[in-house]
Amino acid sequence: MNNMENNLLALLLLLPFCGSVLAFSMPSDRLRPLLLPLCATPHLALTFLVIQSGRPLTTANGWIGVDPLSRLILPVISLLFLGCSFYAVGYLRCRIAWGNRTFVGCLLLFLSAMTLATISRHLGLLWVAVETTTVASAPLIYYNRNRLSMEATWKYLLLGSVGIALAMLGILFIAYAGLAGGEHVSLQLDDILHGAANYSRPWLRAGFVFLLVGFGLKVGFAPLHTWKPDAYGEAPGLVGALLAGGLTSVAFLALLRTLQIMDAASEAVMAREAFLAMGLLSIAFAAVFVVRQPDFKRMLAYSSVEHMGILAIGISVGGIATFGAMLHLINNALTKGVLFLAAANIHRRFGSKKVADARGAISLVPLSATLFLLGFLAITGSPPFAPFISEFTILQGVFSNGHFVTGGLFLFFLAVIFIGMGSTVLSVVFGTPPEKTGTGYENYRDTFATTAVPLIMLLLIFVLGVYLPDPVRHICADAAALLEVRP
Amino acid sequence: MDTLLHLLLLLVILLNFFLLGSSRLASCIRTTAFQGGILSLLPLLAHGFSGHTLFLASVAFLLKGIAIPYLLFRAIRQVHIRREVEPLIGYVPTLILGTLATAGAFIFSGRLPLIPEHSQSLFVPVGLATLATGFLMLISRRKAITQALGYLIFENGIFIFGMLLTEAMPLMVESGVLLDLLVGVFVMTILMHQINREFSTMNTDNLTSLKE
Repeated sequence: MNNMENNLLALLLLLPFCGSVLAFSMPSDRLRPLLLPLCATPHLALTFLVIQSGRPLTTANGWIGVDPLSRLILPVISLLFLGCSFYAVGYLRCRIAWGNRTFVGCLLLFLSAMTLATISRHLGLLWVAVETTTVASAPLIYYNRNRLSMEATWKYLLLGSVGIALAMLGILFIAYAGLAGGEHVSLQLDDILHGAANYSRPWLRAGFVFLLVGFGLKVGFAPLHTWKPDAYGEAPGLVGALLAGGLTSVAFLALLRTLQIMDAASEAVMAREAFLAMGLLSIAFAAVFVVRQPDFKRMLAYSSVEHMGILAIGISVGGIATFGAMLHLINNALTKGVLFLAAANIHRRFGSKKVADARGAISLVPLSATLFLLGFLAITGSPPFAPFISEFTILQGVFSNGHFVTGGLFLFFLAVIFIGMGSTVLSVVFGTPPEKTGTGYENYRDTFATTAVPLIMLLLIFVLGVYLPDPVRHICADAAALLEVRP
Repeated sequence: MDTLLHLLLLLVILLNFFLLGSSRLASCIRTTAFQGGILSLLPLLAHGFSGHTLFLASVAFLLKGIAIPYLLFRAIRQVHIRREVEPLIGYVPTLILGTLATAGAFIFSGRLPLIPEHSQSLFVPVGLATLATGFLMLISRRKAITQALGYLIFENGIFIFGMLLTEAMPLMVESGVLLDLLVGVFVMTILMHQINREFSTMNTDNLTSLKE
């Protein structure tokens, strides 16, 4: 790896970090939000430069590097963050009196930590990055500073920290597996993958279980998802979008790293069965809780649980479904962006996220309501949007590999979720508007600042749905190839 | 050296029991700080003096023994809370559970496929027992601060287990882990302050509005 590429990666990490330091030290609440797009735009540009070079990049000590999986996830989080940063400028202008020093600073720190997690090739460093995302996002969830957001933040912070501590135990077990197997003890991913065949089985399996529970908690697999509806429900919409689209992808990447290790140790069968069980359980839980859900932001959280389950199923059956899962990761992130940002606009207009109070959004905030409706159709896998293609590919993989029971359950739960979400979304969009709302935001109308971003994201998933460009296809295929089991 | 090491590890277990049985928050924090201080000596005793162990020991001492307890003391001073009353599981039952867990940890670690050099090591059973203690505190206490202490003790357990593997953990990563712990506790104490201001108590029982 030459010097320039090295600098590129350093810049990618330092840019949001310096932005964060600047945000904390800047006195003006009015100017501070502008830092977000100012950091996010070059971040995306740098990301494109990084993913463009076809060779795998690694720094000298091998701690930081870009492999096909990072190439997939890095642009996803960078793009999502860019969208959210432009939305944030408009959002924070509405709430200028509320202050935004911590909010902006933590957002940028969050981006920096997510970036580090995607490009780290050392399990210890990956752990530090994922834990930093927890710490940096807790103040974001607490932004509204009321009792409910307090409760959500406390649960998120405590559960997240304990979960990640379990992941650390898992990492230590993996290292011990190397020691007991007589290999050179290292937590560098390539070293582990190289020696994994000789690793001591009991320790490796125990390590896998702890990593699955620890990072699975961050991903939000059922039954470890309990923090998710609370956090997504109480956080501002743009934070919900970043958590549901960005953080879950990063945590899922951590799980994929674990899977790579298990594959290298020829323990793929056990690992994939565990993924399948977690995936089916997540979809089932989501189906149960999404039906008659009275709160539309919590509903989105359960939808996130569902889609993490879909990803896990796609990975576990392998073959073409792995490709589908990789594509679905992109689609899920962008669609969640549309849904959370549109939901945030509707929430603001009605001053409530309960279906009982927020009805008939189409007559009051027509554009946001339309986006919300189309986002719902997209996320539940209706054509012509991109999640249809990826879910269909996963399903095709499930059936072609002979998992008929899994496929049947998968389709059944998807149908239940479609109906369950549908009844909530339709009453929010088309119901009879309540007499009065009394929240102080009656004057809120759809503006360019609050609707342009979800609109562009919706267009993106529409375009990806009708035409999958070759570079995107290659990125997904390369990432999927990395996860294929080699006999 | 080894005798001292064993003595210290047994002391860690005694402190675990003290934590499970004590209701005074100040002494709980002091005990956690003391435990953190002891842990910071472990790298030196187990692996001898080197740049790596000295650095790790001093960072661990500064954070686990001084900075984090300071943050926690500041939190209880601000909120005027002295005691944990009515834990979810009483003190005697938690002590009994703690004893069972500790005994279990010793029996279990005897059966683990450890490498020969570690088969007599106390790091594994003490680490597991400390993990169990932290977990017990997390689930049996109501106050936000005791839950945070439970998390810290849980982390201490992992730190003890990690002593078997110091060569795998580069210094930068190790310091990152400890720094994350510090910042995590910092955010928790801020939140405790807010919870107390909002509800006039630090009981997390009040945090039950969000459910299906």
